Amino acid sequence: MKKYLFSIALFAGVAVQAQSDKFMPAMKENLTLMDSSKTTEDFQKVSAAFERIGDAEKTQWLPYYYAGLALTTPAWYDTQIDKDANAQKILAFCDKADALATANEDKAEILAVRNMALTQQMLVDPQSRYMTYGQEAAADLQKGMQLDPNNPRLVYLQAMSIYGTPAQFGGGPDKAKPELEKALEMFKSFQAKPLHPDWGMKQTENVLSQIK
Amino acid sequence: MSQKILFFIATLFFFHASFSQVTIRGKVIDNKGKPLPGASVTLKDTYDGALVDSMGNYVFTTKEQGSHQLIYSLMGYHSVEQAVMIGKENITINISLKEELNELKAVIISAGSFAAGDNKRGTVLNSIDIATTAGSNADITAALKTLPGAQQVGEKDGLYVRGGEGYETKQFIDGTMVNDPYFSSVPDIASRGRFSPFLFKGTVFSTGGYSALYGQALSSAVILESIDLPEKSAANAAISPLFVGAGFQDLAKNKKSSWGANYGYVNVNLYFNLVKQTPDYFKIPEFHNADANFRIKTKSGGIIKYYTTFDYSEIGIRRPDIDSNYLKNAFSITNHNWYNNLSWRENLGNGWEMNLGTSYSTNRDDIGQQVQDANNQPRTFDTSTYWMNAKNFHLKNRQDLSQIKLVLKKKLGGISTLRFGGEYWYNYNSTQFNDTTHLLNGNYQALFAESDIYLTNDIVAQVGARFEHASIINKLNIAPRVSLAYRTGPDAQISLAYGMFYQTPETQQLFYSTQLGFIKATHYILNYQKMTNLRTFRAEIFYKKYQDLIKTYPTYDNSGYGYAKGVEVFYRDKKTFKGIDYWISYSYLDTKRDYLNFPLEMEPNFAAHHTASFVLKKFYTSLKTGFNLTYTFATGRPYYNFQLNNGKYEIADQGITKDYNSLGFSVNYLPNLGKQNARTFLVLFASVNNVLGADQVYGYNYSYNGSLKQAITPPAKRMYFIGLFLSWGVDRSQDAINNNL
Repeated sequence: MKKYLFSIALFAGVAVQAQSDKFMPAMKENLTLMDSSKTTEDFQKVSAAFERIGDAEKTQWLPYYYAGLALTTPAWYDTQIDKDANAQKILAFCDKADALATANEDKAEILAVRNMALTQQMLVDPQSRYMTYGQEAAADLQKGMQLDPNNPRLVYLQAMSIYGTPAQFGGGPDKAKPELEKALEMFKSFQAKPLHPDWGMKQTENVLSQIK
Repeated sequence: MSQKILFFIATLFFFHASFSQVTIRGKVIDNKGKPLPGASVTLKDTYDGALVDSMGNYVFTTKEQGSHQLIYSLMGYHSVEQAVMIGKENITINISLKEELNELKAVIISAGSFAAGDNKRGTVLNSIDIATTAGSNADITAALKTLPGAQQVGEKDGLYVRGGEGYETKQFIDGTMVNDPYFSSVPDIASRGRFSPFLFKGTVFSTGGYSALYGQALSSAVILESIDLPEKSAANAAISPLFVGAGFQDLAKNKKSSWGANYGYVNVNLYFNLVKQTPDYFKIPEFHNADANFRIKTKSGGIIKYYTTFDYSEIGIRRPDIDSNYLKNAFSITNHNWYNNLSWRENLGNGWEMNLGTSYSTNRDDIGQQVQDANNQPRTFDTSTYWMNAKNFHLKNRQDLSQIKLVLKKKLGGISTLRFGGEYWYNYNSTQFNDTTHLLNGNYQALFAESDIYLTNDIVAQVGARFEHASIINKLNIAPRVSLAYRTGPDAQISLAYGMFYQTPETQQLFYSTQLGFIKATHYILNYQKMTNLRTFRAEIFYKKYQDLIKTYPTYDNSGYGYAKGVEVFYRDKKTFKGIDYWISYSYLDTKRDYLNFPLEMEPNFAAHHTASFVLKKFYTSLKTGFNLTYTFATGRPYYNFQLNNGKYEIADQGITKDYNSLGFSVNYLPNLGKQNARTFLVLFASVNNVLGADQVYGYNYSYNGSLKQAITPPAKRMYFIGLFLSWGVDRSQDAINNNL
């Protein structure tokens, strides 16, 4: 009888183990997929895959984080996307991720994605939306930097916000450059934990090379 | 035993190995059969699933076995869970999803109404738009005149909407009616509204068919919703050759309450010396204005708001008398106006919301008119020249209005809502004409109910009614209102509105007789609207039937009648030309009425057949300067001279004024724009109205015998304005840090 119980325990152990075993490779597979995504549909597919992982795992913030992040990428260049609906989806993922994340560093990463979604909404009609979406996006960055002053992505996004602001309003590439350089330094010394966000260095280098 | 375990483990492996993966596929559509790309399909509690493609198809493989749940979901649709038994065979499952009722996606009624709010859906103009509309000089009414439906009436206060008189348009602040929305004016010159557009977060300009929550407005309602708490504490000042002003706004540290006060003083002496005015102002217009407010957020997310404003003004104007070559007419007015509005919006829980509005206003005009000779000395006349005698008078008016209005709102299942409530007004009017005093007091009560019924996100019906009683005429009425909106495409919709509207006769008429009934209008409106974030197109046709209008001759009664019909088009575009925002309005109006002393049903003198406005705004970020231009055109309006002949009014003379043209231009320069952490925010604003100096004729005044007529024109050809507006935001972040240490 004892052995019988043992076998059940074993079986249960196998089952539990299987779920966690699945998590790492599935995340890695989808992160690779995200890196090679080209079209809006590719990004939407990979976002949905991350969402499914998040829904199945129930305790992991990273799948929701990536589900949101994947949707921000095409929204920078695809003019056909309904930016408001897309951002709403991203913000919903951020909310789910934030509810599961406990570390300040992790919450700061989520605020970076929130900032991008709100910035994309602001860009729909900057003149009339700056005061609402623009301010909220800026507030997210500030909050993120308070939670984790060492996060290079927040500094990069701050720099990009300056970069995109017309020179007359105190922005422009020249004003953004020192911030970008600061971000690059921070990226160089940044060590991402396994599966944790590790993007932004290449983008920073790209933008810097365009300014030079 | 151990063999059994081995067997068991072996089976387990066998189980895994012997079944290859199964393909699950199908189609996901909505209830109209349209594919739903982007919907997600998930095998519950697994990583497996797919996204629906543009054709509505999905496909994925899974190694799972046995009984599972498939979840189909898409934002804005009800999710569906479908049980599935996974065996050896591939599976095909087609699913249709039902759209969720969603306030943000649901169609809203657009017939008759231009919503202008800062955060509202369906916004056409916001407060910045109003302030930067050239020609308006931040006057709400002037900016609304660039929208279809309003006439370009410049000689009288008010909005003349769709063949309606100025008094047929009413303004409402936080639910309650404003008795005297305009500064006191002298004859033939319209004055500005008393309220700044920046007091309001939402403005709805309804040109017909509006909600049962509003009554006593026959043609149009301007519904203003005041702002809640300000974003931060700030002090402000304004300096101009025409006025000075200063004020502040204090937001509590906990951001739960605020209070503020402002004072302004207008004196146009310097301006009138620089820009010659046609009339002789013997008392240069002078205005004092003070206001104060507080706002308190309540525990359950409601807000209590109080706003009060006090105005004092003096004007004296002298013009040639029309019945004489050398006499003059001197008109003077002193006005005191005190307005108070206290409102309370509260969330009562369980889907109930309450809006309680109260207001009290008192307005006192002291008016004198005198015929004067060449040396500005008073002239008196005997009764043989009674028409001249009547020009010497002294009039003291006082109008008080107290109001209370309660609206309860209940969310019904889904997004449908029910609103109902009641209101009570108490009017006090006194008028002293020379030595005779008349008093007129009255109550007005109304009950109303209205429901927005959503069948789907694409169709809504708004059904309501209003039950009113006015004690002064002792009459009752029931006014039904119905509107429908149906979405025809992604951003397009059709709306219909029908409603009956009643209004108590004007106070001056009631002084003459209270044996009168309500005046009445019935509206029928058909509207088409296509609206995206950066473009709005609206077209509207309407028919309005007037009944029971007041006739003053031959008898004083409700036998007047009339109609108005027309077509209106509006197009606003912020997209086609980068950085340029423009709108075009066009109104066609056909209206006739028989009221007052009209001898027959005819076109009133406030109605032009064609009116068009073109408004353009362009902000140059490199210059930190915005340039705004407004061009308005209206065809001539009819004018008449009635003469009493054998006990009947006859048209002794009539004509059509020349077409009206006006080009307004304004510039706003914001030197500190975008400066990080700038403490001072500065706006330099300058404008010119009627840049081209077109002759604007609003109508004609006739001499007593009708042999002479005199054009009614603005007091000066052009109007110039320049002003510097400063504000200093008080940064509270330091306080916040100190408090947390």
